[in-house]
Amino acid sequence: MNQEDLANIASQTRESDSHYDHVVKVCVAAGCLSANSDQVKTQLESEIKQRGLETCCKVKGVGCMGLCAAGPLVSADANDRMFQNVSPADAAAIINCVVENKPAPPAIVMDSKIDFFARQEKIVLENCGEIDPERIEDYIASDGYEALFHVITKLKPLGVIEQVTKSGLRGRGGAGFPTGLKWTTVFKAAGQRKYVICNADEGDPGAFMDRSVLESDPHRVLEGMAIAGYAVGADKGFIYCRAEYPLAVKRLRTAIRQAENHGLLGMNIGDTHFDFKIEVRLGAGAFVCGEETALIASIEGGRGTPRPRPPFPAQEGLWGAPTLINNVETFANIPPIIRRGGEWFASIGTEKSKGTKVFALAGRVKNTGLIEVPMGMTLREIIFKLGGGIPEGRRFKAVQSGGPSGGCVPEQYLDIPVDYDSLASVGSIMGSGGMIVMDESSCMVDVARFFMEFCMSESCGKCVPCRVGTTQMHGILQRITEGKSEEHDLELLQRLTGMVRSASLCGLGQTAPNPTLTTLRYFMDEYRAHIEEGRCPAGVCHPVKAEAEVIA
Amino acid sequence: MVTTAKTISPPSDDKRWKIVEGMMRRHGYEPYALIEVLHTVQETFGFLTDEGLRYVAVTLRVPYSKVYGVATFYHFFSMKPPGKHTCVVCTGTACYIKGAPVLLNAVKDVAGINEGETTLDGKLSLLTARCLGSCGLAPAVVYDGQVGAKVTSESIRRRVHEYLESESEAEVQEAGK
Repeated sequence: MNQEDLANIASQTRESDSHYDHVVKVCVAAGCLSANSDQVKTQLESEIKQRGLETCCKVKGVGCMGLCAAGPLVSADANDRMFQNVSPADAAAIINCVVENKPAPPAIVMDSKIDFFARQEKIVLENCGEIDPERIEDYIASDGYEALFHVITKLKPLGVIEQVTKSGLRGRGGAGFPTGLKWTTVFKAAGQRKYVICNADEGDPGAFMDRSVLESDPHRVLEGMAIAGYAVGADKGFIYCRAEYPLAVKRLRTAIRQAENHGLLGMNIGDTHFDFKIEVRLGAGAFVCGEETALIASIEGGRGTPRPRPPFPAQEGLWGAPTLINNVETFANIPPIIRRGGEWFASIGTEKSKGTKVFALAGRVKNTGLIEVPMGMTLREIIFKLGGGIPEGRRFKAVQSGGPSGGCVPEQYLDIPVDYDSLASVGSIMGSGGMIVMDESSCMVDVARFFMEFCMSESCGKCVPCRVGTTQMHGILQRITEGKSEEHDLELLQRLTGMVRSASLCGLGQTAPNPTLTTLRYFMDEYRAHIEEGRCPAGVCHPVKAEAEVIA
Repeated sequence: MVTTAKTISPPSDDKRWKIVEGMMRRHGYEPYALIEVLHTVQETFGFLTDEGLRYVAVTLRVPYSKVYGVATFYHFFSMKPPGKHTCVVCTGTACYIKGAPVLLNAVKDVAGINEGETTLDGKLSLLTARCLGSCGLAPAVVYDGQVGAKVTSESIRRRVHEYLESESEAEVQEAGK
């Protein structure tokens, strides 16, 4: 395969697609699939066949369109027409609408001009909902693997790193470390063998960005990894993916096989001397394996326990070799950065947070699903414009970002721009992109207890501050929700948060106090209501203290 | 290296061990393949048996203590046989605030089992998941591998009743005789 072959595949695919007057796209990512979108697709196909429309109308399975709550989703004619909550029985009506321009039943018609779609800016998700994730030709026809060819034939490794550095891209896994700097460190590290690892162990509850990217556009991640391999001098890559995402794993494996068959992975890629192979490794349900040193231990076949840094994986990682670890979304940003230049990417977003960010919007919000917005958009715009606000006329209470490592942001900070530094300034973190909206029906003490229970059970047990500290904090929070606490419990809780934060070995323990700290800071009245009045304002917990004493 | 591995025979002549053996061979019997191989054992047998762990330990030349440590460290691995039907309640954040605890209590109430347990007649196992990534469909429950979206207390009760009234493995075998 050389550049000419690639261009041929692209033009042939575009040419054969242009024969169709209508392309009907059906979402076949996990969300819509679990609502039987595969049956919708089959029914649409047989409807087209029955009417003899095969030459002018084509049905295509595509990745995630974003608005998962309204699935299964179907779109047609460059997304001018969209349909929601589609069932196989709606196939005839959809074909009538698309081909004969007859109005479809109002229940399944979706307005494609709503804020949820209109206010997004797609870079990472540009192919999601557009291409068939199981066909490499579709990816190539959308300029896929062009960046890889450009890199290996025209750029030196340092030239690639220069573009990434210029782009200002920061790690999308949560901590926001500058990607260019990480690549430079691995490039400079001495070592015969180097590795590239893609962290696809999306363990944050409430986050499904990486899953959607892997299910909807797996080749983009492979291309990003291969470019990284060329830049840092690695010939082998691993994708560490959660076993809880069987569809993502299946599509990744299909994509790797296709890329190998096309000579886009393997030996002598693009007839150059560059070799790069990728293997998938399955996680086994341990949240701590999202931490890079624990992830490496897991790929090596052991228990996923972290180790102290330094040495950082960039110097000593997998089997002691210099290792580059980036998250799925970070790698997915690489091909467009190379194609369009680092400066283009740096022109989007805020001063210190460049580009876009994908968020998984969920919880008590009308439009739950996946969105990609430029950095710097306010939380208010995300939740109330794109998200459509809170359903059932309830009041907004808090938004939780960053999962068990993040914090709960109250209403008074809804106008802060979403970027790494602003979120950190109010005690939360950007995290990997989970954004859970809570309304007045959620008790913030209970939410803090929920996250602490998570961290307690996911603590690997290696270091004492995390293992014991999270258990103690959980015990206090549990007592508060049960109405069995004392005033000094709050003080003890505060002290423990500081201790666990500063003394834990890895990020899990260091950030475990964040949900508790932010709820203590912004929702102290709820804690006091539980402790002093034996009352849960949201009606979630049943603090029994007051009555118990009366009976006694 | 490969020669030592070849002399070790599987715990029984169950043909499924061939699949496990094949996986180990694909990784050149390297110790680092441990987790991948345990996934294969669980996929083929439904859970990790003690004899399976010992076989993998000896073949990959990994101490049994380490194999046991890995098998028990990760939530995904189970060392108990699953029931005929499984019901996995997602307890991720989005599902939690949309009522996962209510669903969990409904199953406990109807089937009389806690998380991680199987009913005495082996008909149903109740499990929880950290997050399925189906947050747009919250609250979500996986019934026998199929994701159920926007599950209500009523719908989960109905499903659990169906499972409990289904024929158990033993009854099926009995009927076969």
